[in-house]
Amino acid sequence: MIPEIGLFALIIAFGISIIQGIVPLVGAARNDATMIAMARPVAWAQLLFVSIAYAALTYSFIVHDFSVQYVFQHSNLVQPLMYRISGVWGSHEGSMLLWALILSLWTTAVAVFSRGLPDALMARVLAVMGMISVGFYAFMLWTSNPFERLFPVPADGNSLNPLLQDPGLALHPPMLYMGYVGFSVAFAFAVAALLGGKLDATWARWSRPWTTVAWSFLTFGIALGSWWAYNELGWGGWWFWDPVENASFMPWLVGTALIHSLASTEKRGVFKSWTVLLAILAFSMSLLGTFIVRSGILVSVHAFATDPSRGVFILIFLCVAVGGSLGLYAWRSGTVVSTGKFTWFSRETALLLNNIILLTATAAVFVGTMYPLVVDALGIGKISVGRPYFDTMFALVSMPLILLLGIGPVMRWKSDNSQRLIKQLSVVFAASMAIGIILPFVIDGVFNIATGLGLAGGLWIAITTLQSLYHRIKTSSRIPLAFSGMILAHLGMAFFVIGVTTVMTYNQEKDVRLEPGASYSLSGYDFKFMGVKNLVGENYKAEQGHLEVSKDGVKITDLFPEKRAYVGRADPMPMTEAAVDAGLFRDIYAAMGESLGNGAWSLRLYYKPFIGWIWLGSLLMTLGGIVAISDRRYRQKRSKIQS
Amino acid sequence: MTEIKQNSKSMTQRFMPLIIFGLLVVLLGVGLTLNPRLVPSPLIGKPAPAFELPYLDQEGMFNSEDLKGKITLLNVWASWCYACRQEHEVVKQLAKSGMNIIGFNYKDKKQDALRWLAQLGNPYQVVVADENGRAAIDWGVYGAPETFLIDKQGIIRHKVIGPVSDQQNFDELMAVVKEISGQ
Repeated sequence: MIPEIGLFALIIAFGISIIQGIVPLVGAARNDATMIAMARPVAWAQLLFVSIAYAALTYSFIVHDFSVQYVFQHSNLVQPLMYRISGVWGSHEGSMLLWALILSLWTTAVAVFSRGLPDALMARVLAVMGMISVGFYAFMLWTSNPFERLFPVPADGNSLNPLLQDPGLALHPPMLYMGYVGFSVAFAFAVAALLGGKLDATWARWSRPWTTVAWSFLTFGIALGSWWAYNELGWGGWWFWDPVENASFMPWLVGTALIHSLASTEKRGVFKSWTVLLAILAFSMSLLGTFIVRSGILVSVHAFATDPSRGVFILIFLCVAVGGSLGLYAWRSGTVVSTGKFTWFSRETALLLNNIILLTATAAVFVGTMYPLVVDALGIGKISVGRPYFDTMFALVSMPLILLLGIGPVMRWKSDNSQRLIKQLSVVFAASMAIGIILPFVIDGVFNIATGLGLAGGLWIAITTLQSLYHRIKTSSRIPLAFSGMILAHLGMAFFVIGVTTVMTYNQEKDVRLEPGASYSLSGYDFKFMGVKNLVGENYKAEQGHLEVSKDGVKITDLFPEKRAYVGRADPMPMTEAAVDAGLFRDIYAAMGESLGNGAWSLRLYYKPFIGWIWLGSLLMTLGGIVAISDRRYRQKRSKIQS
Repeated sequence: MTEIKQNSKSMTQRFMPLIIFGLLVVLLGVGLTLNPRLVPSPLIGKPAPAFELPYLDQEGMFNSEDLKGKITLLNVWASWCYACRQEHEVVKQLAKSGMNIIGFNYKDKKQDALRWLAQLGNPYQVVVADENGRAAIDWGVYGAPETFLIDKQGIIRHKVIGPVSDQQNFDELMAVVKEISGQ
């Protein structure tokens, strides 16, 4: 009964989204106040029904209703409650339902928090978001119904993919989707502005906080995913350039470009049509990401669901949404003239360069991700693009970006004096370069230019960022939160760059064979193997190793890496559960290899200096975004318009 | 100093994004019609191409003549290949179950390859190194991972493109193994 209510609610939500996509739009075109006024209540109604559908699926998971095929496939009687709730988005159908729910949440949030918006604009924005909803509901109802029934009803289900049974991953998809879908707001504002023919700086001001929130969620989501891969895959790596990771990274890069371009458009009235294009592009990348993951077009470890009919549907959806908005752009952008004037040497130019670099990075990831597909489509062969390509591309792209990151924030709008900048920055530049290049030598007596440059880059960002904070404190009495947010996010970049550089160079890993009682020393840490015991978890059996880690005879910690076999899985693949002792300056990491007989095991031991800074940096960036949108100016502007 | 004025857009500027997107759609559309798993190998049913390659982990050369006499899997892998890592657990399981598996290290650096094996375990009877990918061309290798099934007479009977850990790939492979073991 409950699943039928869920399906029924989904159908009603579909109907409501059609109304939401059409009526306010017609109203705005005809200037019909009644039709315009429908936008908000309709958005609320859609949220109500999609929530009912979502709750119904969650309920089916919790009470083990195996008559629902999706529940049968991704849950079983012994699966812990947490993973029954997160099981909802553990695979395709439920993920799409979560997408729709989050889209509806964003829509309602826009309806609630943008009271100061001109009515016609608000109606158009909500209508565009309604149209996106239509696409997703249709997708679910026609190709991926999460409430599909099974008969006869099985006594027990399969299991959620064991890889997904981890707290980090339970949270990862919702955060990622919050980011993906959040870009739909900027997209909707851009399309609404194009439709209304009024592409002024106001639309940039409205979109800015929404874009920043979405970006923060996306940053956090990607960081969580990376942290999960680090803990769960047992390879000690944190990023693999897997197509699905790339699919989330591309919207992030474009979103980052958009944030900076929006700032220029709002403050200086420049790059208007460029910003509109970026807003369209950011959301297109989100849709493309969904396409890549859900259609199975690129084979990947992450692609949990693959079905060609779904691919066709998403492709059509992509055509309508992206093609339509780009067509609209081609039609309307001809009349847009940016008002602000600036010289070559100005913050505007720096931000433009930032955009160019970020889009180059996006293009590099895009080419690397799609190249195998191109080769395949042309019938030349089948290939995979590996890590060396991405690592090289990124090293190349990040250098100018890091350099610019130090200069941009201290530059003045409109026009700046190069002598002034050189005076202000040359010492910092020389100092960070010198320290960075010398540091590797101090650490292990070897000059390493690549590592030195990386460290110098991190220092350069950190010092220039703090420098601009210092200047701001000196010259003005109040530091706006938007500025503090920028400082935090840029410092996050510094942490990130230093973390990546250090762990790439000074990472130590060893594969060892240890008998119980034997120990192995790595980077000054002694790992003593205490043996393995069998464990029975709620829904798995495990072999748990015990390693005692000590340094200079002082015990530091115990590590308990596991090898797990989950109940209800047909595949023979055991899951590795790495054990990590995380610290600010180093992680000690151990993973189980395999039993070598007589109680001996092969074990993988890692010493990873500064790896935590990668996530620390990402968290700072997320925090920066949150601080920036708390700025009063976004609310003040709103009340000003209202009055 | 010169001031930069932003002029209104020309037709090409305005339509360029749409045109690029159009090309992308064509590409994605073609991509959808392809089945990533299914690449028919003209070699199936034919004798395995002869090769003589150096061992990865010891001195000397391995000759493909030695393949005859037992059912063998030839597993093409590389340390740079992500999916190879993923399938490796299953390759190990297969080796444990008594399958004779030859590792074909494809376009790889010796050091990287050896480290990879030390890290993830070496389930292979022998590992040969095809550093420049010359021998792989004769085998019609598109990329890694790929796995060939060779019967006692030295005839290629099946080819898996992509990881054998994929349930469908695994089942298909096992079906052919069962079939030829019965003979």
